[in-house]
Amino acid sequence: MAYIIQGETGDWEIVIGLEVHAQVISKAKLFSGAATEFGAEPNTQVSFVDAAMPGMLPVINEICVEQAVRTGLGLRAKINLTSVFARKNYFYADLPQGYQISQFDQPIVGEGELILDLPDGSTRTVGIERLHLEQDAGKSIHDMHPSKSFIDLNRSGVALMEIVSKPDLRSPEEAGLYLTKLRSILRYLGTCDGNMQEGSMRCDANVSVRPVGATELRTRCEIKNVNSIRFVQQAIEYEARRHIDVYESGGTIRQETRLFDSGKCETRSMRSKEHAHDYRYFPDPDLLPLVIEQSFVDGIEAGLPELPDDKKARFMAEYGLNAYDAGVLVAERISADFFETVAKGRDAKIACNWVMGDFFAALNATGKTIENPPVSAADLGALIDLIKDGTLSGRLAKDVFALMVETGKAPAVLVEEKGLRQVTDTGAIEAAIDAVIAANPDKVQQVRDGKTTLLGWFVGQVMKSTQGKANPAMVNEMLSKKVLG
Amino acid sequence: MSLDKDAVRAIANLARIEVRDEELDHLAGELSNILHFVEQLSEVNTDGVLPMSSVAAMTLPMRKDAVTDGGIPDLVLANAPEAEDGFFTVPKVVE
Amino acid sequence: MTNLTNLTLAEARDKLAKGEFTAVELTQAHLKAMEAKRALNAFIIETPELALEEAKASDLRRQAGTAGAMDGLPIGIKDLFCTKGVQTTAASHILEGFKPQYESTVSGKLKQAGAVSLGKLNLDEFAMGSSNKTSYFGAVENPWKRTSDPKAKLVPGGSSGGSAAAVAARMVMAATGTDTGGSIRQPAAFCGITGIKPTYGRCSRWGVVAFASSLDQAGPMARSVRDCAIMLGAMAGFDPKDSTSVNMAAPDFEKALTGDIRGLKVGIPREYRPDGLSDEVTQVWERGIEWLKAAGATPVEISLPHTKYALATYYIIAPAECSSNLARYDGLRYGLRVPGKTLDEMYAKTRAAGFGAEVRRRILVGTYVLSAGYYDAYYAKAQKVRRLIAEDFRKAFETVDVILTPTAPTAAFGLDETNDDPVTMWLNDVFTIPTSMAGLPGLSLPAGLSADGLPLGLQLIGRPFDEETVFKVAGVMESAANFTAVPEGV
Ligand SMILES: [Mg+2]
Ligand SMILES: [Zn+2]
Repeated sequence: MAYIIQGETGDWEIVIGLEVHAQVISKAKLFSGAATEFGAEPNTQVSFVDAAMPGMLPVINEICVEQAVRTGLGLRAKINLTSVFARKNYFYADLPQGYQISQFDQPIVGEGELILDLPDGSTRTVGIERLHLEQDAGKSIHDMHPSKSFIDLNRSGVALMEIVSKPDLRSPEEAGLYLTKLRSILRYLGTCDGNMQEGSMRCDANVSVRPVGATELRTRCEIKNVNSIRFVQQAIEYEARRHIDVYESGGTIRQETRLFDSGKCETRSMRSKEHAHDYRYFPDPDLLPLVIEQSFVDGIEAGLPELPDDKKARFMAEYGLNAYDAGVLVAERISADFFETVAKGRDAKIACNWVMGDFFAALNATGKTIENPPVSAADLGALIDLIKDGTLSGRLAKDVFALMVETGKAPAVLVEEKGLRQVTDTGAIEAAIDAVIAANPDKVQQVRDGKTTLLGWFVGQVMKSTQGKANPAMVNEMLSKKVLG
Repeated sequence: MSLDKDAVRAIANLARIEVRDEELDHLAGELSNILHFVEQLSEVNTDGVLPMSSVAAMTLPMRKDAVTDGGIPDLVLANAPEAEDGFFTVPKVVE
Repeated sequence: MTNLTNLTLAEARDKLAKGEFTAVELTQAHLKAMEAKRALNAFIIETPELALEEAKASDLRRQAGTAGAMDGLPIGIKDLFCTKGVQTTAASHILEGFKPQYESTVSGKLKQAGAVSLGKLNLDEFAMGSSNKTSYFGAVENPWKRTSDPKAKLVPGGSSGGSAAAVAARMVMAATGTDTGGSIRQPAAFCGITGIKPTYGRCSRWGVVAFASSLDQAGPMARSVRDCAIMLGAMAGFDPKDSTSVNMAAPDFEKALTGDIRGLKVGIPREYRPDGLSDEVTQVWERGIEWLKAAGATPVEISLPHTKYALATYYIIAPAECSSNLARYDGLRYGLRVPGKTLDEMYAKTRAAGFGAEVRRRILVGTYVLSAGYYDAYYAKAQKVRRLIAEDFRKAFETVDVILTPTAPTAAFGLDETNDDPVTMWLNDVFTIPTSMAGLPGLSLPAGLSADGLPLGLQLIGRPFDEETVFKVAGVMESAANFTAVPEGV
């Protein structure tokens, strides 16, 4: 399903590499003891280190190192036991030190991979180039004053993992799938909350195009800090078309940093980044090489949760789910856990249908999240049990489920309260059937004359007269015997 | 390596230090002398020698993940040349 | 009563303990000297009221029996150490008026030990210099005079020039210094006092304005080896806030002064006799060797083959680190701001106005040697040569216990003997820089006078974290040198 853009001169393909900045889940910052929580009052989560006061020194937070290693393992990547922090030097209002402490030629995590789950159920592997730890910058706010920018350093020094993909992505859709999958893995690992609105996951997209069949890479442009998956896709699409237009009208693309304007749905050159940068990376003399033990890595590896790919494979093998259903269920650890609680000791296909069908619909309708679901996994499981033991018909179960959403009560309680138990008493059903037959002699004759489709109508009448409680299978069987003889 | 005026201007710009045009010649001379002096290192054979970025014969110590700092906006802003509403302020930046 | 300002730290400590005088009396005597010698410009700011308060508190502690190791002893703090609520400038216009809201670990430890600070001492701007002439707050004058020309003002050396001058002139009993390429040892030699740059990692760098992070070390400057040992004991120790601080308790350095150096091997490096080394300096060095022999040590000629490259190595690495360390002085959060229409203009104007010529020059050199295309030829090359220099010492210490060299190639030079060529100026540090590159402890003590009546210093270099051997040998040399000369007006 190659994604191809038809230009005036021929077909083009897009080459995309993504750099994701993922905020590490930690209580304190990478090199200082200030808090990392989102949304605090300006400059309240700032230490003298974060404000780069004279003489202040960085000391690394061990959890951030652990989180980077955990993420590296989750991406099946090479963990570098020795890595080096380097200073990336540039001046900016929200960069107090005048340099960002980052990792350059010796990152903590090397090459890895990520598997895309394509909608048709197939998969594709995308290479991870590296993952390194670095400090976040502060925040500049430009719209609070006509002639001034306001600087808040609360984010300054928060730990980020910069995760760089290889230029293996070929369509906006793949870019979206990559981000979705990466987010899913980070959330499984508990290393980043993946919240793009709050900026805990930000994406830079490197985009270039080339004629289909060409192998060399053309000049790429970097689109900075796009804050939703949809916007990343739109930005790539716009940027690719822009490149093609430029090439086809005889122009050349200049390597530059661009900004995505989500309102206009276009990218534009970033004025502040116009002059060429020379970051003058060098090893930070305030920090010694970061050396970790293999046993430290092994310990983290031993504690890794089952990750989406493995879980998906298991769901397919163990529960007989198809790739699509399994993929949807494992996207979030909590939905996978929910499903497994429902499916445990029950028919997995039925459990899957209930979770993916009525339950997800109820989430949507109520606006609730799976963390705080309208129906608990245990109650949903109990409902399925009531179908299995014949207490409820499928139809009654749907009614009971609706009541469960509405009241939060357990299905057994509702069955008792509302008297919704399915009727399986032959006598009672027979009486109801007889009544319907007696009241509609002409329709009985029509059935006997061959218009058997009318039987369905009879079933409906019987169900109606029993308030839907009659066992539908019994009704069907007895009715056809009585009418057709 | 001898630096010309343009090179000095480019370095000064990278370092964000304003240099007046009439200073450029003098600075170019001074910096060239210094570079010339340090270039004697090229005669040292350093094949196979690992760069030494620290003399400390130890590895990076780590600290526990605990909030032990912050919550001192007044102290952080105490020396600010300009501040407003709890923010540092600077001439408006256009992105 | 004896002249209180002529006592050593150790003497004053013992007399305070015996109740011969109070900390307030001792402080007042030094405040008076500070006032009398104000013309030397050793202090950037004086804090007499704070000092008297601290002295009073010290006397109370003594009465309560809780006096610390340096309780009631008047000292000065180099204005590179951040001091809470007291202006800290690094002798730069760009930090003028800056009042840190925190106390550096080292100055805090001295306070903790009970020392009384009289104020903040002058230095070369951002500790970059060997003459103290680059200070925005004016040059410091050396209290010593040439016998041939008593009118000529001499430099105290640098960058800890204010510290050296104040200790020599008896304004304070001791002072903190910092040493990046010789900034404790060279001014100590020029002012006839003793100073030690401890092993890199021995004293915390937290709260000390950074110049070149991989080289900067704080250390004591005082009038005797014992005083340096006492004060280093109070300054040193592990600090979890500095990732390069070594996790090792500071030993009792004073205990190392046993006077017994029999059997020790003293390295005499062949390469420390460059052309132009004055005969006077050579003679003092020879004399030093004889003293050690007489005390039962054995001189051993050693080779430190990469010595001649140390200066060039230093003048790549230190500017590179400083160009990055000084990027934070941007007019945004503290210190000087020169307005500009744009952010970049504000930066460029602020930094042009805030930094002096030497600092600007080093930032530019550092920026250049790290820039794209030049990193390998300059910075990476210098880091490799640095390893070779460190290796030279490591090998030498396989056979010797300590190394003896001159501290500086000349005695103090004239304040007006301006030398515009920075490279010539840097030659002052030719004997101290190799030690800094290798992170080793180096101590300078006065060993004699030049024909012109100026002090000359000798340097003892030790193994990493073996300040004790350095102190032990220095103690023996100090006794042999019997350096009793004092500067004018003392
Ligand atoms: Mg990047
Ligand atoms: Zn980054």
